[in-house]
Amino acid sequence: MQRIEELISVAPVFEGLAPEHLALIAGCGRNEHMPAGTMLLREGQPAERFFLIRRGSVAVEVHAPGRGTLVIETLHAGDPVGLSWLFAPYRWQFDTRAVEPCELVVFDGACLRRKCDEDHELGYQLMSRFVANVISRFQATRFQLLDVYGHA
Amino acid sequence: MVSDPGPMVPEPFELMSSRQDTDDTWTLELEACSRRPFAFAPGQFTMLSAAGSGEVPVSISGDPDEPERLVHTVRAVGLATEAICAAEPGRRLAVRGPFGEPWPVERAEGADVVIAAGGIGLAPLRPAILRLLARRERYRRLVLLYGARSPDQLLYRDELDIWQSRGVEVWVTVDSAGPDWLGHVGVVTRLVRRARLDGAASVAMSCGPEVMMRFTVAALREAGIGEDRIFASMERNMQCAIGHCGHCQLGPTLVCRDGPVYRWREIAPWLMIREL
Repeated sequence: MQRIEELISVAPVFEGLAPEHLALIAGCGRNEHMPAGTMLLREGQPAERFFLIRRGSVAVEVHAPGRGTLVIETLHAGDPVGLSWLFAPYRWQFDTRAVEPCELVVFDGACLRRKCDEDHELGYQLMSRFVANVISRFQATRFQLLDVYGHA
Repeated sequence: MVSDPGPMVPEPFELMSSRQDTDDTWTLELEACSRRPFAFAPGQFTMLSAAGSGEVPVSISGDPDEPERLVHTVRAVGLATEAICAAEPGRRLAVRGPFGEPWPVERAEGADVVIAAGGIGLAPLRPAILRLLARRERYRRLVLLYGARSPDQLLYRDELDIWQSRGVEVWVTVDSAGPDWLGHVGVVTRLVRRARLDGAASVAMSCGPEVMMRFTVAALREAGIGEDRIFASMERNMQCAIGHCGHCQLGPTLVCRDGPVYRWREIAPWLMIREL
C-alpha cells in the first residue's frame, strides 16, 4: 500500500515539494473513500479540512433560490477541494458533492496551518502552490463569466 | 457544352432533411439539384441563402468522403440564418462554393491531433474529425476538447460517443449545469491540462468564439504546442467569398481567401489590435 507522502507527491499542488515537507503535510492527512452523492463540504460550515482527489470527481455547487442547485465547477483527480481552510474566517463558501465514487486524501486544515506557522518555509511552499491553483481557477472563472457561447 | 458559371453564381440545392440540434441550431442536409457531387475539404465554407433573405457564410459540417450530400449546421442568429433554419425539406436553397483554406489534416499525419472546439465551433471541425477517423491509422492520439454553454447546447451528442468508440479521446465540458449532469463543468481551457498532451508531438486545430480561441491557444502553448502547429478557423464579414470585396480583411489577409483556417502564428499579431 502506498504511503500518503507518495500519493500526494504526484498531485500538481504538491509537486516538487521537499520530502520533509511532504512528510509534514502527509502527517495531517488520511485516506478516505466516499460514495457518489456524499456532501464533502457545506456552505457556511467551518472550514476545518480539505481534500485531494485521487480518483473520481467532485462538483462545486451553489443553491440559488428559484433556480435550484447549480454546478459551477467540477474537480478531478489531482485537484485539491476546498480553499477556505487557508484563510479566515475559515468557512466554506460553496457546497461540494462527490459526483462519482471518490478516493480522497482528507487533510486536517488546522493541523496544517499550525505546521505552517511553525515552519515558514513549508508555509511559503504550500501557499505558493495553492495561490497558483487559485489563480488558475480564478482566470477560468473570469473566462466563464464572459459567457462566450451565449452571444453570436 | 455547359460553361462554368463562375464562383459568384449560386447553384440550387434541395433541402433533404433538417434536424434541430439545440434551441437555436439546426443541421441541414442538402443535395445539388443537378445531383452532381459537391467535393470539399474539411474546414471549407459555402455562401448559403434562402431566397429573399440574404447570403451568409456557413462552414460545411458534413463528411468529406460523402460528397453527394452537403451538410451545414446553422445557428439562427439573424434574418438570413433564421430563414435558412426555418426552411422545410423540399425547399431550395442557393449555394456558392466551397471556399477557403482547409484544416491541415494531411499535414498532421504522424502526429497527435488535438481538436479544441467551443459551441458551434464544433461544426467546422466535424469534417476534420470524420476525415481523421477515416484514416485513423495515420495518426497517433486524437483528442477532442469540446466546451459548450450548457449540456442542452452540446452538438452531435450521439456522435461524440461514436467518435470515442472509434479512437477519439473525447473530453466535454460545459460552463454551467444542473446537478443531473455528471460530466465536467468549467471552461474548455481546463481540459487542456487534464488531457496530458504531448505538446512537442501535437498539432492543434481550434474553432469557436474568438475569445475562447485566444484563451485556448494560450493553454495549448502552455502545454508545449508551438504557434506554428496551432491552427484556428476565423470568422469575419465574408461577402464575396473570393477575395474581391475586402469586407473580411484581417490584417494583410482576407479571411475568405487566405482563411478561414490559419496558422495561429500568422494571425496572432492582428488579433491583439482592437476593432480590427
